[in-house]
Order: sequence, then C-alpha cells, then structure tokens
Amino acid sequence: MTLTKKCLASSIALATALAAGGAQAEISDDAVRIGYLADMSGTYRDLAGPGGLAALEMAVEDFGGSVNGTPIEVFSADDRNSADVGANTVREWVDQRNVDMVAGMVASSVTIAVTQVLEQYDKLGLVSGSAASSITNEHCTPNHIHWVYDTYPLANGTARAVVDQGGSDWFMLTADYAFGHALEGDVEKVVTENGGSIVGRVRHPFPTSDFSSYILQAQGSGAQIVGLANAGADTVNAINTASQFGLTQSGQQLAGLLVFLNDVHAMGLDATQGLLLTTGWYWNMDDQAREWSERYYERVGRMPTMVQAGIYSSTMHYLNAVEATGSDDTATVREHMMSQPIHDFFARNGHIRADGRMVHDMYLAQVKTPEQSEGEWDLYHILATIPANQAYRPLAESQCDLVQN
Amino acid sequence: MDTTQTLSPTRQRQRRAQWRRQALTLALLAVGLVAPFVAYPVFLMKVLCFALFACAFNLLLGYAGLLSFGHAAFLATGGYVTGYLLASYPGLTPELGILTGTAAAVALGALFGVLSIRRQGIYFAMVTLALAQLMFFVFVQSPFTGGEDGLHGVPRGELFGLISLNSNLAMYYFVFAVFLIGFAIIQRAVHSPFGQVLKAIRENEPRAVSLGYNVDAYKLLAFVLSAGLAGLAGSTKTLVFQLASLTDAHWHMSGEVILMTLLGGVGTLFGPLVGAGLVVSLQHLLAQSPLGNWVSVILGLIFVVCVLSFRSGIVGEILKSYRKNFK
Repeated sequence: MTLTKKCLASSIALATALAAGGAQAEISDDAVRIGYLADMSGTYRDLAGPGGLAALEMAVEDFGGSVNGTPIEVFSADDRNSADVGANTVREWVDQRNVDMVAGMVASSVTIAVTQVLEQYDKLGLVSGSAASSITNEHCTPNHIHWVYDTYPLANGTARAVVDQGGSDWFMLTADYAFGHALEGDVEKVVTENGGSIVGRVRHPFPTSDFSSYILQAQGSGAQIVGLANAGADTVNAINTASQFGLTQSGQQLAGLLVFLNDVHAMGLDATQGLLLTTGWYWNMDDQAREWSERYYERVGRMPTMVQAGIYSSTMHYLNAVEATGSDDTATVREHMMSQPIHDFFARNGHIRADGRMVHDMYLAQVKTPEQSEGEWDLYHILATIPANQAYRPLAESQCDLVQN
Repeated sequence: MDTTQTLSPTRQRQRRAQWRRQALTLALLAVGLVAPFVAYPVFLMKVLCFALFACAFNLLLGYAGLLSFGHAAFLATGGYVTGYLLASYPGLTPELGILTGTAAAVALGALFGVLSIRRQGIYFAMVTLALAQLMFFVFVQSPFTGGEDGLHGVPRGELFGLISLNSNLAMYYFVFAVFLIGFAIIQRAVHSPFGQVLKAIRENEPRAVSLGYNVDAYKLLAFVLSAGLAGLAGSTKTLVFQLASLTDAHWHMSGEVILMTLLGGVGTLFGPLVGAGLVVSLQHLLAQSPLGNWVSVILGLIFVVCVLSFRSGIVGEILKSYRKNFK
C-alpha cells in the first residue's frame, strides 16, 4: 500500500513539475520552426528564391542558432507560384512539422492563400516578397505582417517624385487586368493631385511579348514620362522594346512601378539607364547596408535585392520578439513585434501598424548610365527619401477589419 | 452444375480477365481506404483530384483518340463556379456546389466540343488550345474570379448539411467517394458498346462512318463526358484547397495532364491514376528537397525518357510484358 501511495505521490509531484516547467518556457515542441516558402525555380527566383533562404539562414546563424537555449529549425519549399501548392505546403507544415512562422512568400495569389491557412491554424506569416497592397488591406489577418514594400508606395512614391521633378505630362502603359488598372488609378490620382496630367494611355493584354506598337504610341504622344503600370516579364519586355526604339535617347523618361534590382541587373544598364523607380532598400545606400550586403555577397555571389534583405530583417525582428517574450505563440509575438520600432541595416523609422503593414522609409532611385556605373552591381542613384509616414496607404483609407475606422 | 464447361474458351478468357480486373479494383479500394492513416490526407486528396482529371483526359485521348490541349479550361471552370457559389452563398451545401460546377463544365464542354470536333489531329488540338486561352482571359478579367489574386476562403461546409468536412479525414473519404464515382463512370463508358464504338473511331474513322455510326455525335458525347469529369475534378479540388486560382486555367495545366496520362499509360484504365500519383508525388517531394530548383527539369527528363524508351507508359508496359509472359 505504502509503495503505491509513494508512487502516486511522486507521479503527481512529477506531473506538477512538468506542467510548471511547460508554463514557464512557452516555446512549443522544444523548437522554433521557421518555414521558408518562395518561388525557387520560376520567374521570381532571383527576386527571393534560394537567395532569400540564404538571408534567412544568415539571420538564424547571426542570432546564434537558438533562442534562450531552444534550437531554431529552418526548412523550405518551392511554391512554384501556385496558390494551391503554397497553401497545401503550409497546411502540411502546420499539421506535420509544427511550423511556428512562415517567411518569404512572393506571388500575391500564393500569399493570400497562405495567410488564410495561417489564420485558420493561428500561426504567423512574415510576407517579404509580395507586391499587392491588398495583403494588408482587404485581405489583412491578425496572423501576418507585410514587410518590404507594396504597390502603394511604388506607385505613389514614383509618381509624386517624378511630378515634383518637373515630369508633369504622363503616358500610361498599363497591363489590362485588375492589378494594372489599380496601379494606373493610383498613379493617375497622384499625378493630377500634384498638378500633372495624363496625356495618353494604352492597355496591353496580359502577358504581352511584342510591345513595339505600344512604345510607338508612347513616343508619338509627346509625353515627358512613360509610366509602366505592369510587372514581371511585361515590364522587362516593355523596357527592352523602349530601349530598342531609343525612347530615352529621344528625351522621354521611363517610370517603372514594379522594377527590382535583379531585373535591372539582368537587362543591363544600356536598356535601363535613366529609369526612375521606388525601392524599399538598396545595398549601396549607406555603410550599414553595404556592410551587411558584402557579407551576403561572400555567401551567395550576388548582391541582395530588397526582398532578400527584408527576409533577414524580418526574421531578426521575429527572433528578438521570441527571445524577449520567451514564447512562440502568434498573438504574443506579434504584439511584441508591433511594440518595438525597427531600426536596422534595412529599415529606417520602421514600425508595424495595426493592419500588419511594416512602414519604413522608401527611396526614389534612378538607374545609372553605363558610364556612371563603377561595377557589376553599381546600378542605382538614390535621389530622395520618402518618409515612412508618407510612403504607405494611410490607415484612414484602410478597409482592413483590424483597423477601427 | 459446372457452368464453366459449357462456356466457349473466349468467354472463359473474358471471365478470367473480368475477375482479375475486379480483384485489382478491390485491392486498390482497400489501399484507398487505409491510405489516409499512412500518408498525409491533403496530399492524397490532391493525388485523387489530379487522377480523376487525368482519367477524364484519358477517356478522350486513350479511347476516342482526340488530343485536347485545352482541358485546363474545364478544370478551372468547375473550380471557379463551385468556389464562387460556395463562397458567396453560405447556405449552399458542398455537394450542390460541386454539382453546379460540374454542370458548368459540361455546358462549356458541349460548346467547345461542337466547335472543335469538326477538325482532326493537330487542328483539333489547336482549336481546343485557342478556346482554353480564351477562357484564361475571361478568368483573368472577370471580377468574380479575383483575377491574379485568385478566389480565396471557400468554405468546405457540411456535406448534405450533416457531416462537417473541416476534418481532413472526412474530406478525404468524400474526395475518395467522388473519385470512385468518376472512375466508375469512365470504366462503365469504356466497357460499354459506346466505348467500343469510340475505339472503332479511334482506329479507323472512315470505316466507322461507313458502318453507319454517327461519328460526330459519339465524339461530342465523349468530349462532353470528359469535360464534365474534368470539371468534377476541378470542383472537388477547389473544395479541398478552399481556393481557385489561375494556375488551373493556365495552359501549363493542360500540358501537365498530358504528361500524367502519357507517363502512366494512355488508353489504360489505371495508367492516368499511376501517372497522376507519380507526377504529384515527384512535385511534392522535390519541392521540399535540395533538388527543389530542378523540379521542371527532372519532370522534363522523365518525360523524354518515357517517350523514347517506354511509349505505352508505365501501366502500358506492365500490361505488355504480362501478356507476353503469361499468355
């Protein structure tokens, strides 16, 4: 009898101790698990892809590989730009591998699908690659944060800065689907508000490979600025065609709304020189950025895009929050992340708003001419800084349920 | 009372073949019932949806000899219609959503069929491709599909208003049942006089015409049947993933189903099932491995090897060597 009693007593004591221990260290399943989901093989490979995974791994290594003694695990998958592949992968990560945070995410259809899965299972997503501003507007959830950029500052920043610099007559070249129409609308609003005008426009089907007739129309319009309200391969084709037709040489200027460092690098300075664009970050913008980028370059062999730098920055901020709160619970970590301002090599004057948008300073850049460039990756002049509070869509215009309007 | 003695040798052989087929079907049925306890159910559901899609495609290519290069349009139509209805009318039960999606694909199939079966061979393939591209643009432009962002947040709902499909296990058995229904329809069609006429048309169309068959009507029926089943696969897929996106409407999808069917074995009943399983598993496994960047290249290589060395596909080759060695 006594033996049984002793057994019972000690097992109760043990159970209590275990429960107490569990409550103290709230990191679930003895690891912080980060899943990296991005296009690893398709169109957006150079924008995020394997380079983004390298940035994520750098962040984990710089953090020391563990949080308060709990190891950090990283795994990755290719979403192949398909919403069902992305959503399925993340669902499996949650069901079978206890993922705590999902990073990366490029194509906006994949991101929206994944954030809905994350909301369903109450896990956290840090979106770095997507452009759509709807991700923190009508598709906002309490389970994700959008880090690097979105179309709102790209359109507004570029358009406002260009008009300020005297480029008041615009010709719009727009991809004929919802995304292009929204971009065109944003640009038109800013241009007319600032005293400029849209002198002509043309819509091209999505996707288009032959831009000759559209570029000829743009040349014939006599506008000072040709705005490209399209993305990806369409933008690349339009810029290449414009270069072949000598559009910039004849005095007109191109304004790209969705152009990234890897696009400019791939097309070369001959085709892209003089192009105006807005970026969230540039590797050569100051000492801090340069120092990190050189470490990245040694590891990967390419200079980082703003998306890859953003993946490092967001992961660091996340790990700091996990360390500070001692928990990997989504709501706790997100709340702590929102309470901390973000100042690092990537973000200046950054903070996370209630809708999940990380706002920070954005930059207006111009692509250098081949003569000005001093190296393979010396591609941009930074012309101006767009302050964080002006860059993004004001909360007053938000349709997000998390924002009280 | 020995009935087998009274049967002719041919009939006996047919009996044996039928018995073997039934044994195989039962074995696969057992595997399907146990599978969700061994593998991840959502992955299995994906395999089943694509298997049904490939089977539908195989009905057209393998039995009627019509190579459609636009089957993605039916998959996407089924998916978008079901997704839109279930997302905007919360009272609608999933089975009604799926039936409506399938009906929409049937209607579209009838329209495309009437236009495309007037041509043969490569011209038929081109007409179907063109029509499917037309549908792609409709899906890009229509507000109800969400364009590039896709249609999200489709509720799985409650089957017949009774059984919640939110558990992956319940959803799996529902998808399995849908697959079995689709597969049974195809098997029945193939082994019926209708299926025999389709094969006759495939082998020699002028001869089928001269025998008095209304070839166009048979082709159209096969086309509509195939489109409907592809729509059924798309509708079910939307319910599983709770989303519909442009990936399903893209011509890559039309190409992928050809790959699945040829790899598994065109004109065999189980070939598309094997092909779909193989392609989906490869994509799934490779995506999370260090070889992730090479998925398309590896699939391409497998396709090249398949076309060069075993043209009748995996199941086709197995059947051939079985016939050679055991008969």
